[in-house]
Amino acid sequence: MSPLEENRSEPGVATRGPLGGAPTSATPPMQRDVARTIFQKGAPGRRAFVCPELDVPAVDVGELLPERFRRAQPPRLPEVSEPEIVRHYVGISKRNFDLDSGFYPLGSCTMKHNPRLHERVAALPGHARLHPLQDPEHAQGALELMWNLQRALSEISGLPHVSLQPSAGSHGELAGVLLTRAFHEDRGETRHKVLTPDTAHGTNPATVTMAGFEVVKLATNADGGIDIEDLRAKADTDVACLMLTNPNTLGLFDPNITEIAEIVHGVGATLYYDGANLNAVMGLSRPGDMGFDIVHFNLHKSFTQPHGGGGPGAGPIAVSDRIAPFLPVPVVVRRESEADGVQTEGARAGAEQAPEFDLDYERPKSIGRLRGFQGNYGCFVRAYAYICSLGGDGLRDASETAVLNANYLLARLKQRGVAELLPLAYGELCMHEFVLSGGPMKRALEIKTLDLAKRLLDFGFHPPTVYFPLLVDEALMVEPTETETKETLDAFADAIAAILEEAAADPEIARSAPYSTPVRRLDEVAAAKRPVIREVMA
Amino acid sequence: MLAAIGVGSVQEIFDRQIPAPVRLGRPLQLPDGLPEQDVFEHLRALASRNTSAEDELSFLGAGMYDHYVPALIDMLTERSEFLTPYTPYQPEISQGTLQVMFEYQTAIAELTGLAVSNASVYEGPSAVAAAGYLATLHNGRRRFVVSAGLHPHSIQTLRTNAHGYDAEVVEVPLRDGVTDLDAWSEAIDGDTSAAIFAQPNFYGAVEDAAALSAAAKAAADPVVVAQVDPITLGVLAPPGDCGVDVAVGEGQPLGNRLDFGGPSFGLFAAREEYLRRMPGRIAGETVDVDGRRGFVLTLQTREQHIRREKATSNICTAQALNALAGVVYLAWLGRRGIVELGELLLARTHYAREQLGAFPGVEKLHEQPVVREFALRLDADVAAVRRRCVERGVNPGVDAHALSGREEDRGVLLVAITERRTRADIDRLVEILGAAVASERRETVAV
Amino acid sequence: MAQASYPAELLYHPEHDWARIDEADPAIATLGITWYAQDSLGEVVFFEAPALGTTVSKDAPYTEVESVKAVSDVVAPLSGEIVEINEIVVENPGMINEDPYGEGWLVKVRLSDPAEREALLDAATYIATLSG
Repeated sequence: MSPLEENRSEPGVATRGPLGGAPTSATPPMQRDVARTIFQKGAPGRRAFVCPELDVPAVDVGELLPERFRRAQPPRLPEVSEPEIVRHYVGISKRNFDLDSGFYPLGSCTMKHNPRLHERVAALPGHARLHPLQDPEHAQGALELMWNLQRALSEISGLPHVSLQPSAGSHGELAGVLLTRAFHEDRGETRHKVLTPDTAHGTNPATVTMAGFEVVKLATNADGGIDIEDLRAKADTDVACLMLTNPNTLGLFDPNITEIAEIVHGVGATLYYDGANLNAVMGLSRPGDMGFDIVHFNLHKSFTQPHGGGGPGAGPIAVSDRIAPFLPVPVVVRRESEADGVQTEGARAGAEQAPEFDLDYERPKSIGRLRGFQGNYGCFVRAYAYICSLGGDGLRDASETAVLNANYLLARLKQRGVAELLPLAYGELCMHEFVLSGGPMKRALEIKTLDLAKRLLDFGFHPPTVYFPLLVDEALMVEPTETETKETLDAFADAIAAILEEAAADPEIARSAPYSTPVRRLDEVAAAKRPVIREVMA
Repeated sequence: MLAAIGVGSVQEIFDRQIPAPVRLGRPLQLPDGLPEQDVFEHLRALASRNTSAEDELSFLGAGMYDHYVPALIDMLTERSEFLTPYTPYQPEISQGTLQVMFEYQTAIAELTGLAVSNASVYEGPSAVAAAGYLATLHNGRRRFVVSAGLHPHSIQTLRTNAHGYDAEVVEVPLRDGVTDLDAWSEAIDGDTSAAIFAQPNFYGAVEDAAALSAAAKAAADPVVVAQVDPITLGVLAPPGDCGVDVAVGEGQPLGNRLDFGGPSFGLFAAREEYLRRMPGRIAGETVDVDGRRGFVLTLQTREQHIRREKATSNICTAQALNALAGVVYLAWLGRRGIVELGELLLARTHYAREQLGAFPGVEKLHEQPVVREFALRLDADVAAVRRRCVERGVNPGVDAHALSGREEDRGVLLVAITERRTRADIDRLVEILGAAVASERRETVAV
Repeated sequence: MAQASYPAELLYHPEHDWARIDEADPAIATLGITWYAQDSLGEVVFFEAPALGTTVSKDAPYTEVESVKAVSDVVAPLSGEIVEINEIVVENPGMINEDPYGEGWLVKVRLSDPAEREALLDAATYIATLSG
């Protein structure tokens, strides 16, 4: 009997299920549930919300609002009771895998544990119900928190000036490239090009285009770092900036970083650091010391802002002195108190005693605003709580452990005999993540990285990042993070080895995986050909 | 573990990869780590130095509003399964997240009366900028005409982004509190990429959206964009019915906290023809190999991870958790509830404006219909008046000039009404604001 | 189309595009993408049809085809003006995979410089570039 047929006679085996067909007693229970949206539930007249009483004189809506401004028909929102709402959303939540429930080794995503303390402090009304336009003198707690967070990020990055405003990593990248543009324009120069390595994350070239520059790709050398000769050839005075991640998306620290910085600065360009991989180097190496001018952080990566299924996040930036004048407004500042006899910075005319922490808008060279108000404060609260909890030594420990865990997992995979089929793409050791190539596996076993990933779902693991970076054939990017135990890493290595063994005997198992998830492989082609992106109501 | 790796120490792993000149070589100069309870106390102490809507009677608005967030939203957004997963790149184990996105997209499409919605962008003003970028990609033009009634943060964010691709932003003034229709028509020409207005506008006034759209299309063929306040869409005509091509807006009023300005979400909806130019994530319906209904991220070829430099934006995130709060809130309000809430706001706002406008030294800035926020012109220094009110526990609203920097906004106060502000609260505002204005006028006269 | 095929009567561009010139009417060329291109893309889900009358330039992209996971520029092997668009592939982009040289053609172009055809490759030369 093939393993598949064996499985059919063993309904209790959790990791394997029957192929296709109508639901049977062996079908995982969730697969029997038909997905119904909230719009398909409820009944006319049901409701959850009870409107507060009309305590002011009744008005004729028709008199207040001319008919052509009025909505004629109510929007077709659901009509459901609270118990229905709760049951519906709790029910669909169970159709998610999540970090609290299992291992999530997504490369470049830094899926580390989200401490629950952070939800508790973020929910304190003094933070949660604070209006963004509250006068600074009545928001000193918030502004001090932002100031302290800025100082911490400054110390971690080695760059003196910070803006917390960007809403996400890619938003921080946009800020960085716009800052670069402003820097050059201020010097009377117009430059047109931005260099990015061919291993760059897709947000880098997308950002460059949005900011009005042309993308020029740099080659990667045989060791996985920037090809210095290619850089020398392409770095000229029409280059505005080089955008780099270090360690890069191959998980490797570029040993030539100092030389790279010299070349770039030598042509008067700025050096931008994509902080997606900061988790490898906190307290060990700082982008400011490596020569970078602008750094962005992903608070939802190294600093534990929960991913929430895709957001929210925050992408603060830190910059060098020469870039500081162009930072977005407002800037959080701390004024020395007049009692110290020190000249107050930008004292506001006609104000009473200016508050200690304040929002400064007097920035004539600023690039302006990137969004409303001052940024994703809820994320700042969580990131700040994390930094307070760990302290400087704790952050360094986190990076050391992240790098240790990644190297251990790599070694463990080699021990399990996986290396021939999934070799490391570059180098020998790695930083906090590593990239394997599924090319040999594809040729030998006739299963692709995609199939391996789908089969991992049956084993209760979220797969690593797949098919990125583009440079590596059938790429698999693995980042365990520091909050995983050795036992989990061992189990993951065992699962990979088991899947490869299974594929050697019968590749079809992985090719048709997953079996035990709430739905099986989905038809993405149909979804793209004829997109249906909303419920169609009767 | 070290033995398995083949090194003697963790330090060795770093020493072999990080060149000596860039090793930090000293501890980070940060305070030492603290036990959880100390971190909690520290964060609580910081919170206590903020005056939140819990500590004063607040009429602050201008983009974010102190609405009541029902308890079930907190419960759902704290669930591990919604709080901790990543972007749904493996759809088979992300059906919860993807279905929520699909439901959210449906709700926003319904609310705005437009065919397609994405799964959210960051927030309001950057959504306006994203709409501008969509228009530029669509028609290749580099000029934006914006109403001065658009939120100042939206205008500023648009300018910052537009500078990146050398686009011009031209403001059209208001007349009697709403966009000057003649000036609007005159400003829009064949080079205009998009024409953008707010509904209601920054001064709380309901614009004639249909007239603005029609005038724009008669003058040339820009993409017509409206920044909407979603909570008003129970009573105001949806932008899709008013000739608007793209509707964006700040989603915070829908089930999200104030959080000193973020995180929240930006809604982004458009006519069908703009689907392939939309930024951000989109969830689509499909089936699995056994024919089960399911959801996936779709139209990903618009996005940065595939199209890279030709992407419709660089956005990687949806504000998934905030959009979850949004769709749950809309389900909680329901079909009737959003209308009732809107009518309640209309009634209370009208009451507040009439009461306040009757006070000496206080007048309505304009006579246009308002839904949940209005503007007053005070015959006194707004900052001084506000200080007096705050001392008595009432925050009367936003100093418009402080926010916009416009000379014509001197003396203007923006007052926001939510369902949490009862008649008694409004009466208290009237009393205290009235007294404050009176005191300031006396003082000014005396001087 | 499951098996790689490169018809001998076509002219090929190194960026994986083909041109068919019918000697009965040599002023018009039919353009499309090769078997290799559609195989690399995977199932095509969308074809952005350019407008009639658009000028295309040799070696420059004139449109895009999309699969679920990739977007590819379609490069013009010859210069001219678009005089016809294949509505079949607009409606059913999968035809590009099924019959890339037949029903899966993309556009017809009135050539502005017929001599450009000299620079194109024959089938054998094009196939050789694929293994390089």
